[in-house]
Amino acid sequence: MPHGDVCRTIDYAVKIRVNPNQTGVDTNVKHSMNPFDEIAVEEAVRLREKLKDEVKSIKVVTIGPTKASDTLRTALAMGADSGIHIEVPESAPAPEPLGVAKALKAVIDREKEKGGVDLVIMGKQAIDDDAGQTGQMLAGIRGWAQATFASKLVVDTGKSEASVTREIDGGLEEVRCKLPAVVTTDLRLNEPRYASLPNIMKAKKKPIEKISPSDLGVDLTPIFETLKVSEPPKRQGGQKVASVDELVAKLKEAGITAVS
Amino acid sequence: MLASRQFARRLATRNRRWASSHAATPALNQVTEEDLAQFSKILSPQSILSTLGSNSVASSELEPFNNDWMGKYHGDSTTVLRPHTTKEVSEIVRYCNERRIGIVPQGGNTGLVGGSVPTGRGEVVVSLRSMNNVRHFDPVSGTLVADAGCVLQSLTDYLAPHNYIMPVEFGAKGSCMIGGNCSTNAGGVRLLRYGSLHGTVLGLEVVLPDGTILDQLNTLRKDNTGYDLKQLFIGAEGTLGIITGVSILTPPAPQASSNAVLALPSFDSLLPLFQRAKRELSEILSAFEYIDRGAYELSVRHGQGRGLSPEESEGAECFVLIETSGGRREHDEEKLSNLLEGLLSEDKPLINTGVLSQDATQFASIWGLREGITEAVSKEGKAYKYDISIPLSAFKEVVDATRERLREKGLLRPDAVKEVVGYGHIGDGNLHLNVVAAKYTPEIEAALEPFVYELVGKYKGSISAEHGLGVMKAHALHYSKNEVSIEWMRRIKSLFDPNGIMNPGKVLPPPDGTHEPSPENTGTARIA
Ligand SMILES: Cc1cc2nc3c(=O)[nH]c(=O)nc-3n(C[C@H](O)[C@H](O)[C@H](O)COP(=O)(O)OP(=O)(O)OC[C@H]3O[C@@H](n4cnc5c(N)ncnc54)[C@H](O)[C@@H]3O)c2cc1C
Repeated sequence: MPHGDVCRTIDYAVKIRVNPNQTGVDTNVKHSMNPFDEIAVEEAVRLREKLKDEVKSIKVVTIGPTKASDTLRTALAMGADSGIHIEVPESAPAPEPLGVAKALKAVIDREKEKGGVDLVIMGKQAIDDDAGQTGQMLAGIRGWAQATFASKLVVDTGKSEASVTREIDGGLEEVRCKLPAVVTTDLRLNEPRYASLPNIMKAKKKPIEKISPSDLGVDLTPIFETLKVSEPPKRQGGQKVASVDELVAKLKEAGITAVS
Repeated sequence: MLASRQFARRLATRNRRWASSHAATPALNQVTEEDLAQFSKILSPQSILSTLGSNSVASSELEPFNNDWMGKYHGDSTTVLRPHTTKEVSEIVRYCNERRIGIVPQGGNTGLVGGSVPTGRGEVVVSLRSMNNVRHFDPVSGTLVADAGCVLQSLTDYLAPHNYIMPVEFGAKGSCMIGGNCSTNAGGVRLLRYGSLHGTVLGLEVVLPDGTILDQLNTLRKDNTGYDLKQLFIGAEGTLGIITGVSILTPPAPQASSNAVLALPSFDSLLPLFQRAKRELSEILSAFEYIDRGAYELSVRHGQGRGLSPEESEGAECFVLIETSGGRREHDEEKLSNLLEGLLSEDKPLINTGVLSQDATQFASIWGLREGITEAVSKEGKAYKYDISIPLSAFKEVVDATRERLREKGLLRPDAVKEVVGYGHIGDGNLHLNVVAAKYTPEIEAALEPFVYELVGKYKGSISAEHGLGVMKAHALHYSKNEVSIEWMRRIKSLFDPNGIMNPGKVLPPPDGTHEPSPENTGTARIA
């Protein structure tokens, strides 16, 4: 049963600014699903469109405060069947990748009696902290295969195998692995669909189970302390020069001289 | 129909009679090398682009200034001046006025009625693009004072960190300039919410045709001290002076925005849907845009934004884009989803289906569908654009009647007219009727004009809701304005510009009642 994981991040088309006390990014902007996670959900839904009944269910998981369930509704409107919301207080610090991986492992273990999980698809990274570790950690602690940065995914349910094309430096790599596996998505895997109105309405009736980290027996308290987050230095505006002479003069002014 | 045609003809004759009571427009002089020498006393060499004189450039370098955005109007100016300061503008204008040289003020050159390019009278182009600084911004009141040559998008970017937005917004935002926006009184997709520039512009700095600087760069919200002169320049299309600075009231950025595209089974659903949306969304409704099937398909085909899936768009006669903007996401989303759910669950639903954007990327993609139509149309072919105000109920009728007319004339075929589409701002009663042709030809023009203007006249509409008159519609002014109005417009023009140097041939009908030669049949203009 393919299984998509969704977490809540800041929308990536919104320009992110560092909050004034420098401990994270400003969150007074539209929240939506992490774009990579949106791609993960889209891929799960496409798998079902291709494999039909071979995909028994698509379950989406998020960890976050009460509002995070909006993200699950979006995923449900895109075509997932049900959601699990691991709820943490609004004031709780954002969980770290290891904590998230442990929580997901616990969810997978819980699903065992309901038929088990064959495939976890998740974003390659969250765009607010860019850690990019959770998928790998989950595969590690669960002892599953992992295929990261997928730009193409083909699942053969008969052979219980997944072929994944990965984006790597300077090209593409194709790998094949046995299921169950963890796949993390890259930007080029697909273009997520709009949520249609009838599906948004249907999504309202789909079940979302709320549980706490302690129900899963995991502790999400961060191990790291964030010391400081700062914006990249502001770019100095460029200047147009009208002629080569002016350019040379300006360069001289700036103390740059020709070497010969 | 016949009656209205006769009426129009009668008006045209009368105009001719009236016009004869005015001195004919004085002749204008071509730019000479001597003039160029004078210009270079005012401007730095880099600010002058000319095919004349010792520093001459190839005429191809002037092409971006001589040809309009649609590739419909072509000028043959030899000289483009790019002043950096108001003082420089003033000195250029004073000189041109003395020498009787015509001036075409130009911003981003995205105008759609041929107003921003020369007309073969030897005009100089005065481009405002080097005047592009923000002069002042007050984050408490939201008043922005900027040079006329600031690109609209750059002002939007400037305001973003302060949590303000520009009150105008439309597809050309990456090139058009605030001075051009004021000169055309541009409308766009935010007019429904923030009103027209006649309300949001607080002050202007204008160089008058004799070179005098009229400084009305107020930042006051309220100022009832006599005649409001700045209003004359808003929408004057550069015929009364050159706008060099703009003071404008900017609204706070909405904290939450959403948009949706709805697929309508038939045009008949449009007005009831608009009423419902107004009632249920009330203060958060910020745009309600109409896109007919043809316009939608063009936009999708030319990759302007992602459309609905084929199943979702199947059977839809037209589409509506709704945008909400407000202060609290939960509140706004609840209102919008109540409306949408209500619409879907009715016995006879007004909509087939629709999609709601889920994030900023999809939000932009949905807007792309609407804002990209102008560009899609120009990629598809050569556009005859009629930007008209008519009763909402007539939107489809007018598009259909125009298509029928072209069919009757045997012009609806792939090598003549490819498409007739309609889209526009329902909230403002403004339809964009676009005829997409393989190329501009006199036959197509003759089939469309005055046909479209008469049709608009029949509905007591406006022949130009937002693009202005330029050269394209100057001769057709009488379809929307009566003779007393036109006479007073002429008087205002000759009061400000007795020598007729400011953007000659634009806005006002030619005194002898003739049609400004269209690009296809004039000796001075080339056809692309
Ligand atoms: C893709 C696209 C979408 C558009 N959508 C809309 C829309 O939704 N709503 C709408 O209203 N319009 C729309 N337009 C047309 C609109 O009129 C122009 O895009 C814009 O307002 C003109 O600005 P500009 O700086 O390009 O002016 P230009 O095209 O350079 O000039 C337009 C007119 O103003 C005069 N002018 C320019 N600058 C000055 C100045 N500083 N002082 C005096 N006169 C000046 C020119 O002489 C000319 O007559 C659209 C155009 C395009 C290409």
